[in-house]
Amino acid sequence: MLKAWADIWRWSVLVPAFVLALPVIIVFGSLLSPQPEVWAHLRATVLADYVINSVILAFGTGFGALLIGTGTAWLVAQYQFTGRRVMEWLLLLPLAMPAYIIAYTYTGMLDFAGPVQTTLRQWSGWSYGDYWFPEIRSLWGAVLMLALVLYPYVYMLARNAFREQSSSLLEASRTLGMTPRQHFWKVALPLARPALLTGMALAMMEALADYGTVQYFGVPTFTTGLFRTWFGMGNRVAAAQLAAMLTSFVLLLLFLERWSRRKIRYFYHGQRQVNIRRRLSPWQQRSALLICLLPVIFGFVIPAAQLTFWATETWHYTLDQRFATLVWNTFSLAAIAAVISVLLALLFAYAKRLRRDLLVQAPVRIAALGYAVPGTVIAIGVMIPLAWLDTHIDLLAEEWFGIRTGLLLSGTLVALVLAYSVRFLAVSLHSVEAGLDRIKPGMDNAARSLGCTPVQVLGRVHVPLLRGSVLSALLLVFVDVLKELPATLILRPFNFNTLAVRAHELASDERLADAALPALAIVLVGLLPVIWLARSVDQRSKGNS
Amino acid sequence: MLALEQLAIAYGPHTVVRDISLSLAQGQIGCLVGPSGCGKTTLLRAIAGFEPVSNGRITLQQQQVSAPGDTLSPELRHVGMVFQDFALFPHLTVADNISFGLKNQSRAARRDRVKQLLQLVGLPDLGQRYIHQLSGGQQQRVALARALAPEPRVLLLDEPFSSLDAELREALARDIRSILKKLSITAIMVTHDQFEAFTMADMVGVMDHGNLQQWATPYELYHKPANRFVADFIGRGVLLPGTMLDSQQVETSLGVFNQYYVSDARTGDKVDVLIRPDDIVHDDISGVTATVTDKSFRGSHILYTLALGTGEQVLCLALSHHNHSIGEKIGIRLDLDHLVMFPRG
Repeated sequence: MLKAWADIWRWSVLVPAFVLALPVIIVFGSLLSPQPEVWAHLRATVLADYVINSVILAFGTGFGALLIGTGTAWLVAQYQFTGRRVMEWLLLLPLAMPAYIIAYTYTGMLDFAGPVQTTLRQWSGWSYGDYWFPEIRSLWGAVLMLALVLYPYVYMLARNAFREQSSSLLEASRTLGMTPRQHFWKVALPLARPALLTGMALAMMEALADYGTVQYFGVPTFTTGLFRTWFGMGNRVAAAQLAAMLTSFVLLLLFLERWSRRKIRYFYHGQRQVNIRRRLSPWQQRSALLICLLPVIFGFVIPAAQLTFWATETWHYTLDQRFATLVWNTFSLAAIAAVISVLLALLFAYAKRLRRDLLVQAPVRIAALGYAVPGTVIAIGVMIPLAWLDTHIDLLAEEWFGIRTGLLLSGTLVALVLAYSVRFLAVSLHSVEAGLDRIKPGMDNAARSLGCTPVQVLGRVHVPLLRGSVLSALLLVFVDVLKELPATLILRPFNFNTLAVRAHELASDERLADAALPALAIVLVGLLPVIWLARSVDQRSKGNS
Repeated sequence: MLALEQLAIAYGPHTVVRDISLSLAQGQIGCLVGPSGCGKTTLLRAIAGFEPVSNGRITLQQQQVSAPGDTLSPELRHVGMVFQDFALFPHLTVADNISFGLKNQSRAARRDRVKQLLQLVGLPDLGQRYIHQLSGGQQQRVALARALAPEPRVLLLDEPFSSLDAELREALARDIRSILKKLSITAIMVTHDQFEAFTMADMVGVMDHGNLQQWATPYELYHKPANRFVADFIGRGVLLPGTMLDSQQVETSLGVFNQYYVSDARTGDKVDVLIRPDDIVHDDISGVTATVTDKSFRGSHILYTLALGTGEQVLCLALSHHNHSIGEKIGIRLDLDHLVMFPRG
């Protein structure tokens, strides 16, 4: 009896975990069929560009995010200045701004015909060719855009790390003869290093996965190279091999991230300290506030204001029946993906709780690695097996029933939902597991001893305790799907558009002002999880003071 | 060596510590006890230089380190401090923690010093460990070694045993006392546990509401408490009401006692006499009896709570084999060395 049950749990984990891991397996499996001609061509032409640009993009973004995130986090965690409480969550706002949207916006503002250069010419009387202006559509432009929206990853982790440092550490340093400045370099910074590295690795993974920004800026990287090889050269296997290379880079970063996290446990006891924030002179307070405001202004306020301006200029013809369909498509797709992803997370989380053996733990962990894998890679890994299945189902159906089924899986929403589940399972799993962790096994036992059946335990203890984390998981996946661009672009059914895809298409056609409405919609919905995050931050810091 | 003169500390209009004067000679260990919120930790932090003083001054080896508006930075004071949470640096090894405060010394000199200190605190082989690999007691010893490494002028200990198991505390307190004595380190410790204070200290200060109630040896505190608060806070005991028969004799429900020193008490004055549990001796042949209302077994002794005929309660520490049950009447005799009494107001 018990054996049979154990088997059901195992299989209910193994089968979906295998399906979710399949895209990555396929991508790496492609390495088994060498494509020497294509690779000779790639090596001779663009491969060096892909590698160099991707590495510069990842490290540039990583260091940019590190600098902005660490600096602002140190200020809000250690010093008391007017506006500090508000800054603490304002600094999270750029999270709501997808990189490709900030890229279109700044291009519209900074290119030759944009308001900035036009004003400059009016003031100075220069005309075309008389002056030099930095080109935003470049590799360094992309680095800047990505760093501006990805620094919150570093900021969040760094702020927690700095805040958890006991104030007696500073006092210990001082009784041992160190000045506060020496303490920062010798103790505070080294102590926060695992958290900083984790945040930097996350930002770098996002930078490597980016497609919208580099494609729009015309920077050849791995992700744009994948598209070119797949659609331009028509070589799926070579594209998959490029994807495998990209994924290896990402896995390297993932390893770095995991390794840093392991150290966090030893460095922080997790106990919140009553820290006395150091006071600043009025002049210092104003500079601290300004430093914190800069990334928020450039990473959120300016692009959001520009989008709003464009949207008010264009809404009378962009806000039509097509836009309503667009919103409906996007929201229903995101809702379906969110529900499926959370159901999978619940299944996996309960299986992990009930069966603590490696045969359950390992597949779940592998399936959750998908969040590190770029959307383009997942799309390719989903496309290849589904297309193969479609061909065979079509053949069989014609042979046996005389009907053609066509693209039953790869040309429909099934492919998209599968890709989203792969990419965002980790997001929902993280939330659900955090909720389930709070339900100690002792609570199950207590409820049983008070006369509840297992089903009643689920209904009276688990459901009410899990509700919050399930809702937040739904919200997070919903918003992530809404913002997702590259996988949607590759896998969407013919003539099926989402807000992200439409914004990208319009921007690519240089109809930046028309792209503003869908882009603004994405940003506004994207604000929801940021507000939720900010609120939980606020509650924690209230509990702290 | 270390001297506080009429010291006061205030946060804005709120005075936390007032009019404190005390001094320690080289190699003496002092201890501040008191209920939480009495200002003892604030006082310690002022000596370390983390809190400015609003009145009075602190001198260390004849150098003034704190006065109103003039606070020497902690890093320039050469004081060592052991923190309540130890505040060890988790990113450094034990050896690197200990050598953290050693500056302007050659690598070899630092290594020798670390080795010497590890030997001293009894952890000679743990230099390369990280902090999270140590037990609580070991972390405590490393914290002590780190504070001692730069040869501080005075060592401050802030509730150093509060995060340790009860059975570890006393052994560690004795160890640390013998280390400090061996090195002739002047130290001052803060605790809320009087037994820790008795184990560690040469001089103990009892604080309440920001005031130093008494600064004396442990023996004096127990046997000659300066006021009711100290009598109540230190040790156990009850205050038995009595009436002065003349300036020397006091009558209580346990009989009439003499006090041998001259007091300004007058005939008919109402007083309270401090009776410690060890002042009341269980004696089966004594004519005075009392009823056992409660008992608590302490191994070698039993602590009885006794009700006197007049309804007052006293405590009696009896040898363990004198086992009586609750409700029983037992004979007692008062064995007072000296009388401690406070006028009843």
